[in-house]
Amino acid sequence: MAMKQRTDVQQGTLALMVLRTLDVLGPLHGYGIARRIEQISGDVLAVNQGTLYPVLLKLEQEGAIASEWGASENNRRARFYRLTRAGHTLLRAETREWEQTAAIIARFFDVKAEDLS
Amino acid sequence: MRFLRRSLTRAANFAAGRHGDERLRAEMEEHLALLTAENLRAGMPPAEARRQAVLKFGAVEAIREDYHDEHGLPFVENLLQDVRYALRQLAKSPGFAAVAILTMAVGIGATTAIFSVVDATLLHPLSYPQPDQLVRVEDDLPGVGALDVSMSIPELNDFQRSGLFQYVSLVGGGSVNLTGSSQPARIVFDAVTPNYMALLGVKPELGRWFDPNDQTPGFTLEVLISDGLWKRAFGHDPHILGRSLRLDNDLYRIIGVMPSGFQDPRRTAELRHIELWAAAGFAGPPAPPPQRNSRVLLEAIARLKPGLTIAAAQSRVDALVAALQKQYPDDYPPQSAWRVRLVPLKESVVGNVRQSLLLLLGAVGLVLLIGCANVANLLLARASARGREMAVRQALGAARKRLVRQLLTESLVLSLLGGMAGLAILFCTRGFLLEMVPDSLPRVNEISINWSVMLFALAASVVAGMVFGLAPALQTGRLDLTHMLKLEGRGSKGSAEQTRTRHVLVVAEFALSLVLMIAAGLLLRSFWDLYKVPLGFNPRRVMAVRTWLPEPNDPKTDIYGSAAQEAPFLRELLRRGRALPGVEEAALGSNVSIPLNHDRNRSPLILEGRETPSKDPPLVEQSVVSPEYFKLLGIRLLRGRLFSEMDDERAPQVAVINEALARTWWPNGDPLGKRLRLDPAKPAWITVVGVIADARTESLAEANVPQIYVDLYQTTPHELAVFLRGDLDPGAIPEEVRELVQSVNPELPVFGAQTLDDALSASLSQRRFSMEMVALFAVTALLLAGLGIYGTISYVVSERTREIGVRLALGAQREEILGMVLRQGLGVAIAGAAVGLVAALIASHLMAGLLYGVTPNDPLTFVGVPLVLTVVALAASYIPARRAMQVDPLVALRYE
Repeated sequence: MAMKQRTDVQQGTLALMVLRTLDVLGPLHGYGIARRIEQISGDVLAVNQGTLYPVLLKLEQEGAIASEWGASENNRRARFYRLTRAGHTLLRAETREWEQTAAIIARFFDVKAEDLS
Repeated sequence: MRFLRRSLTRAANFAAGRHGDERLRAEMEEHLALLTAENLRAGMPPAEARRQAVLKFGAVEAIREDYHDEHGLPFVENLLQDVRYALRQLAKSPGFAAVAILTMAVGIGATTAIFSVVDATLLHPLSYPQPDQLVRVEDDLPGVGALDVSMSIPELNDFQRSGLFQYVSLVGGGSVNLTGSSQPARIVFDAVTPNYMALLGVKPELGRWFDPNDQTPGFTLEVLISDGLWKRAFGHDPHILGRSLRLDNDLYRIIGVMPSGFQDPRRTAELRHIELWAAAGFAGPPAPPPQRNSRVLLEAIARLKPGLTIAAAQSRVDALVAALQKQYPDDYPPQSAWRVRLVPLKESVVGNVRQSLLLLLGAVGLVLLIGCANVANLLLARASARGREMAVRQALGAARKRLVRQLLTESLVLSLLGGMAGLAILFCTRGFLLEMVPDSLPRVNEISINWSVMLFALAASVVAGMVFGLAPALQTGRLDLTHMLKLEGRGSKGSAEQTRTRHVLVVAEFALSLVLMIAAGLLLRSFWDLYKVPLGFNPRRVMAVRTWLPEPNDPKTDIYGSAAQEAPFLRELLRRGRALPGVEEAALGSNVSIPLNHDRNRSPLILEGRETPSKDPPLVEQSVVSPEYFKLLGIRLLRGRLFSEMDDERAPQVAVINEALARTWWPNGDPLGKRLRLDPAKPAWITVVGVIADARTESLAEANVPQIYVDLYQTTPHELAVFLRGDLDPGAIPEEVRELVQSVNPELPVFGAQTLDDALSASLSQRRFSMEMVALFAVTALLLAGLGIYGTISYVVSERTREIGVRLALGAQREEILGMVLRQGLGVAIAGAAVGLVAALIASHLMAGLLYGVTPNDPLTFVGVPLVLTVVALAASYIPARRAMQVDPLVALRYE
């Protein structure tokens, strides 16, 4: 049970990372997304890359991304994911939410005893 | 929105059986290839590059599972898997499955059957809009011992003006002679105030209902007919509106047809199937002039103002009554203690049926519970047999929750299959079952297997499945793994806890059966007492056939309007009646004089020299009979004389009273020669000439109903019964009497032929129904409990085979072993009886109103039933006990 919870949290952030990556770089296949996320995070995140696929499926079933078969760089059949319009909207909403949360947390880090007297 | 879309896609994937396995496999392959290629570029040897790629990718199986869960509906998939597994398991042990499903089918089927009756009668007694606003208005005069005496027209006006009610209606049933169609027919009609259908909120199917313009003091000459009469007498004529029909020789016009299935909210089956409605003001001929103390003998029904509760309305009615008493002290003397009660209409329609039906529902619920206990016992036995299977699955990593869920699924599958089988049985036998339901039950033709009944069956199945599945499932969930696995191959040994649970279940079964048996016993004794009650009259070989003399609205046109006009007709009828084949004796009487007939005719009793101070004299049951009536029915004369030929239309009027009336009004004196009157409007005195023994002609359950009889030839009864005694052919008599009556007057209807034996059994029909049903349930319960104890004791014996072997080897006598096992069965029975007796005492007091002639703590029943149960328990334990006795110590010891 405990394991499941951890992946849940991860999935939440992972989904946002996926959306943003596709937003910036355009259509990518699964391997590309995983690689780019690692690259963007400065190789701090070294997740099992396979955990990405359930997240991709979830986003696709929600309509945030769409996918189709295409040819990869070494000419193999690969599935390419791209952001949909609903995905853009979702990304904007999620971004706002994250920024808000981050801002609130930041204020807690900055707070000093004298500020509150 | 997102969630919705995702769920829809998942459900669609699930439904289409799509699984993304192929796509995922391709994607993973591609991903791994790319990872490996990258590692190769970084300079790793090929094998290591592949290994690192797989490591980085993660556990393929877990990912596949996550992916799969996301793709479809894992909960439903698991459920389906469990259901498939459960069905396979059941198919593997068809004997167990058959017994369990059949037990549930009987339990759920019977419960659903009774519920369908309850649903139609108790839950939906009135099919009118806002039924909770409908009340009956009952006037009582408790001071003179008169209840529900109905109101007078001025009181009706007072109530209509009170502001408490939207409508107040008066309703009075009666018979009328419909002539003009092929056969003169007697039909039941309601005379109502014109606002009656507005009050009920029902519209005619065709034409219109009366409107306020139809308000007249007497009858309007317009009527509405029922859908049934429309089809029967008028061949469904679409141009029926405006057609005329002749009722009691008066001409009426049809202005409407009521919808089919419409029922009047009345108390007897006959009055609920009214075929004709006429509007009347009840304030002019043929009704007496509207006076405050002249009660119209009709039922008053009212619809409360919206938002007004019955209790609030009642307190305002009380205030109104008090004010009226002050205003009209002469009409409402304090001795009569006039009061008005508002009774919910549904109560008065359902009436005494409620208690019987609740009893049946309770009884059948107990049967279902006992069935559940039995199936739970079976499941426990199976669970201990499957203990190893469960332990192995748990050891292999199945979560306990998952196992419990699977076992519960199994029991739910069982009970749902049982419920389906039960419904199927019910559906196939519904015609036969409905015939068992007495007609006197209200809304009996509304009983059907509708959605709410199906829903009930489903709910009953699910609850039953949970009830009998929970204990075994939870116990399996608590298995001691190591212990179970060590029991190499012998999975038959249950834990002590299981044995205890099984004992508790059997004790509960016995307790529940005891409650049912005692209820059945008490009902049986009540029925028997009532059946064997001395009637005071002899119904054997007697038939009654009814006819009806028309009563036109203008008394002057009534050809039977006076005793002198009617007497020749009556004499001729009787003369021809005696000549019918097989007839030994014949008599005539009013419809009320038919024994156990539900019609009432209460007349005010005014005694000479003892005129009651109130203007409301006591009411007594009055019958009109010909002199031969008493002899034909075998009613004994105690004092004085019966009617004779001398008491004709010219002689002074005489009466015969029964002993109950004599005892009530002349407790110490001699009633013979005393004079009385039965109608305040008629000044002539009636002389008491004889006292007869009490007979239960009014009701089987009530002895000592005061009754008075007046001579047929001295009065003008219009609703008549012809009584015939002899070797009669019940099939031929109705036609013979019809010809006979119509040979005297071809305009008269002939109907209602029945033997008095049939009338007797019909009056017991409701009691017989509930007694038979409860007895049936009790026997089922006893059978199930017997099976339960047999199963448990057998199980205990097989478990203790080794111990018994050791005992025998150590020199125990075989009889001792027999006694030991029997004692165990007896112990269960006694524990069950002890618990059950307490519950039965509570139950029997709750059903006291349904008993006749026995007290709720009837010693015979309360001693006899536990004895019967004990004998059953001993018999059920005897078979396994004999098996225990025959254990071969050598075999038993080697068995380990």
